[in-house]
Amino acid sequence: MSMTAHTAGKQVRPSQTPRTSSGALRRHRSAEIFAAWSLAGPALLLLVVLFFLPVFGVFAIALTDWEFGASSLSFVGLANFREVFADEGFRISLINTILYVVIVVPGTIALGLAIALLIESGKSFRAFYRAIHFLPFMATLTAMAIAWEALLHPTIGLINQTLAGLGLPTANWLRDENTVLPVLAGIGIWQNLGYAMVLFLAGLKSIPQDLYDAADIDGADAWLDRLRTVTLPMLGPVTMFIFIVVALKAFETFDTVQVLTQGGPGHASEMLLYTLYRESFEYLRTGYGASVAVVFLFIVVALTLIQARVMDKRVHYQ
Amino acid sequence: MSTQHVAPPSAILRHAVLLITGALILIPFVWMVSLSIKPPGEIFRASFSFWPAQFYGVENYNKALTSSPLPRYMLNGLFVCATILSLQVAVCAPAAYALAKLNFPGRNLLFALVLIALLLPHEVLALPLFILGYKVGILNTYAALIFPYVVSPFGIFLFRQFFKTIPDDVVHAAKLDGFSELAIVWRIMVPMALPAIIAFGIFSVVSHWNSLFWPLIAVRDQDLMPPPLGIMAFKNEEAGNDYGPLMAATTVVVLPLIIAFLLAQRWFVEGLTSGATK
Repeated sequence: MSMTAHTAGKQVRPSQTPRTSSGALRRHRSAEIFAAWSLAGPALLLLVVLFFLPVFGVFAIALTDWEFGASSLSFVGLANFREVFADEGFRISLINTILYVVIVVPGTIALGLAIALLIESGKSFRAFYRAIHFLPFMATLTAMAIAWEALLHPTIGLINQTLAGLGLPTANWLRDENTVLPVLAGIGIWQNLGYAMVLFLAGLKSIPQDLYDAADIDGADAWLDRLRTVTLPMLGPVTMFIFIVVALKAFETFDTVQVLTQGGPGHASEMLLYTLYRESFEYLRTGYGASVAVVFLFIVVALTLIQARVMDKRVHYQ
Repeated sequence: MSTQHVAPPSAILRHAVLLITGALILIPFVWMVSLSIKPPGEIFRASFSFWPAQFYGVENYNKALTSSPLPRYMLNGLFVCATILSLQVAVCAPAAYALAKLNFPGRNLLFALVLIALLLPHEVLALPLFILGYKVGILNTYAALIFPYVVSPFGIFLFRQFFKTIPDDVVHAAKLDGFSELAIVWRIMVPMALPAIIAFGIFSVVSHWNSLFWPLIAVRDQDLMPPPLGIMAFKNEEAGNDYGPLMAATTVVVLPLIIAFLLAQRWFVEGLTSGATK
């Protein structure tokens, strides 16, 4: 709408003052262009320095054998990438990350949806329940990871105490290579389910009431029928969107690994971002670290592009 | 209509289930606070009770605040978050105005650059930014914590979307009144876009208060550490198994955002989910 107003304005103005306009208009135009670039200039410069040069930098470094602090470097082509993919440690890290995502995403979506449906099914205490379930998403994860460590403590932790009290087997959750990744994924679900819930609540609000009325007339008046015939199909697009956003967050998991396990025991909880950090900044294997960053970038960009496609479809759909 | 079908038994069931899931969600918070007011003896005696037999909160919180630079960490976090947010708004609002309201060659290209930058995860840029910080000589200073974030592609994007909804007539009227373009940005667009600015502000402050990855790379000095990094140092150094003071420190770090969240719940939900486009 603003576009048509703009072009209409442009057409009218020259006809009002046919003689003097072209010079004045040009001056006006160049003043606008100058103003625009002086307003956008700082942002553009900073985008180039802080985003685009670094991203080219990562690709360039990934093609060299440079180690931070070394005075010389040479071009090694794709040798770093060959090393990355041949490296057992990296393969474990990649598999762990995928396993983690495969647990966190469905867990977060299922719980987030269930809680959103429950909250929306009644009118009382909506804000209260929403606040409680959303709390972990904004609480400082580094600090909460330390609280989780206390809960998971093998002897004095609440979880083992409860299990022992019920006569169930206990475990050293963060030091056992069979439990460590599922436990970290559990913390991931705990942190993100409130976020999924809030997005589902927004999705539920946007379902038109007529659809439920129509379903009523068609005889789908049981709660489960309406859920199956109206609610879930209408939540399709928002679910797809949440799927990608949560997957992105899960791929970027770092804090819990750094605070709780440092990738251990062995490599059992090593994940991509932690590998990237350790290789680049602790072992200072700069070229290798940069190629891990490139692999990570490809995964994240692929997911984000899928998300953009989904968002596009959703806009057309409405 | 749909909610009228809910009979009382199912309403009770709804509350029962949500109270149980809510309680489960809150356990880490409750346990953290509980340990932070217990004496060491009770912590290691392993009991289920939330409230300690002997209240030890004063000692634990006192130790957390005095035996570590915890107050310093909090001030660092406040300073870094406030500086980042001010610079982001100062850089992004004018650019967003140009993209939303001015007609200039290169506008589409600039917007495309913003969208591409929006795709890039910051962790991938960390290595070159670390090298840049090293070359400029600002590693291990406040500037190192701040500089990667002074421009936010998400901020430009969000402000542009909001500025576009402000009618062009408002801009024309301001120009007739003799406002410069910069004055239009700060005295007309930004005040009118306050909801977007607040939403972005919450998004920015929450993400930088909570962030661990970049501070871990950028600073070594304890005096410069923001809260997450500081609390990790506290855990690794003295308080490894001294759970009382450690839990007191984590409570102090988590508390400001939780209080702000409870006071302005709607704004927080809006701000943090607007980040979903990122």
